[in-house]
Amino acid sequence: MRKPFLSQFLFVALFLSMSAFATAEESKNDEGGKNLKTEITNYIDHHLKDSHDFSLFSIKQDDGSKKYIGFPLPVILWDKGLKVFSSSKFHHGETIAEVDGNHYKLYHSKIYKTDAAGTINYDDKHHATNTKPLDFSITKGVVMIFITGLLMFFLFRGLAKSYAKNGSIPKGIGRFFEPIVLYIRDDIAISNIGEKHYKKYMPFLLTVFFFIWFLNMFGLTPLGVNVTGNIAVTTALAIITFLLTNLTGTKDYWKHLFDPLGDSMPWLGKLPLYIILIPIEILGIFIKPFSLLIRLYANMQAGHIVVMSLIGLMFIFKSWIGSPLSFGLAFAISLIEILVALLQAYIFTMLSALYFGFASEEHDHAEAH
Amino acid sequence: MEKLIEEFSLGLFFWQSLLFIGLVLLLRKFAWKPILDSVNEREDGIKDALAAAEDAKKEMQNVTADSEKLLKEARAEREAMLKEAREIKDKLIADSKEQAKVEGDKMIKQAQAAIESEKKAAVADIKSQVANLSVDIAEKVIKEQLSDKDKQLKLVDDLLGDIKLN
Repeated sequence: MRKPFLSQFLFVALFLSMSAFATAEESKNDEGGKNLKTEITNYIDHHLKDSHDFSLFSIKQDDGSKKYIGFPLPVILWDKGLKVFSSSKFHHGETIAEVDGNHYKLYHSKIYKTDAAGTINYDDKHHATNTKPLDFSITKGVVMIFITGLLMFFLFRGLAKSYAKNGSIPKGIGRFFEPIVLYIRDDIAISNIGEKHYKKYMPFLLTVFFFIWFLNMFGLTPLGVNVTGNIAVTTALAIITFLLTNLTGTKDYWKHLFDPLGDSMPWLGKLPLYIILIPIEILGIFIKPFSLLIRLYANMQAGHIVVMSLIGLMFIFKSWIGSPLSFGLAFAISLIEILVALLQAYIFTMLSALYFGFASEEHDHAEAH
Repeated sequence: MEKLIEEFSLGLFFWQSLLFIGLVLLLRKFAWKPILDSVNEREDGIKDALAAAEDAKKEMQNVTADSEKLLKEARAEREAMLKEAREIKDKLIADSKEQAKVEGDKMIKQAQAAIESEKKAAVADIKSQVANLSVDIAEKVIKEQLSDKDKQLKLVDDLLGDIKLN
């Protein structure tokens, strides 16, 4: 019991120190507390967003320019034709990329179409008004999604193969994942959906659980990815849950939606109630997945902000008491974040299963309600 | 809300949906289906093995009960056989006793009859001999006694008394 805990401690401590190192390098030559604070805020803000290049950290060089450690990613734009170029052309937003006579500028992690000088026009709320071309770039997030997908594929393909080889007994890492797969099957899918229908939802539930969990865990590494804390990603996941729920909905599900009281009342009595009830039920269809996407997004986003702020505090305090204190806090929060990573994956999967359970229910409502 | 919409990136959404659906389909075919199938198979196997063990146990119990029953039956049969044998033996002994008694009685009766007849013959023989002897003695006595009249009479009286005793 003691040994694994110790190794976990070292593991987390290593990651934290690396993250801290990254931030430290960023703010090395800064003077003045206010400057540092804005820089940390900007850094956190920047980290929370998706980026067009995969940079782990940057080093400020003597001449004031930043040296980025990482690699560029392909930018794919649709602007009256497909434009594909490397994100190295932006030089991390410092230069304007010129492709086929069009000029593009990276501004707050978004690509805007500009003139040759790279002018950004603002409206009165300080929002850029330049046109944004359709951006299908392979961003850092997309790369991480792809890596997670590959990891999951090889991991679970290996588990599947080890069954064939060892006579239905998992081997190696599969021994760790098999109980989780069984837990999802027995305590999430079967208990919420029922023995009869759970099978068709299993691929989605298993994939979504491990996908969110792995990406959450990646988010805690100093790779600096925040995929599950990105609204686009959680929206995509929630939309799939929404579609699966409503496309596999049984007659009973729709009947419950549009006739929630069933035969318990004469239709004349139901009519005034239904004027209120049915819109609520219909709204509920959309609110359920919406709560899913917001919950995951907000939790991951908040976790990242808290951990990074606490790491940032170390450099603001710059004292023998304050810095270790905030390190301790950051460490504790990181441990909690490891739990949250699993918990959020569980909650997303659990609630999806619950909604699938509503969709595939087949019982007499007049009796049940 | 505005910030959320501002943050929403259509490109990332597109890639996420595409990659995720692809991942679900791939994993369904290559991972989840074989994993769940083998797990189910294994669970069924365990269930079957348990049921088989239970059956074997029941069968064992049946066999034990059967053998116990057989043993009991055999014991009862032995008991019955012994009892019968004893009865036969007793009957045989009783029968032979009866027969022996009848036979003995018969023999005794025969012997008694023989003895009786022998005795009768002997008595008759003795009687005739005695008669002869008496006649001889009488002849001699008479011959001798007849010489004296009184003696003759007395003798006759005595002889007659003797004869009556017989």
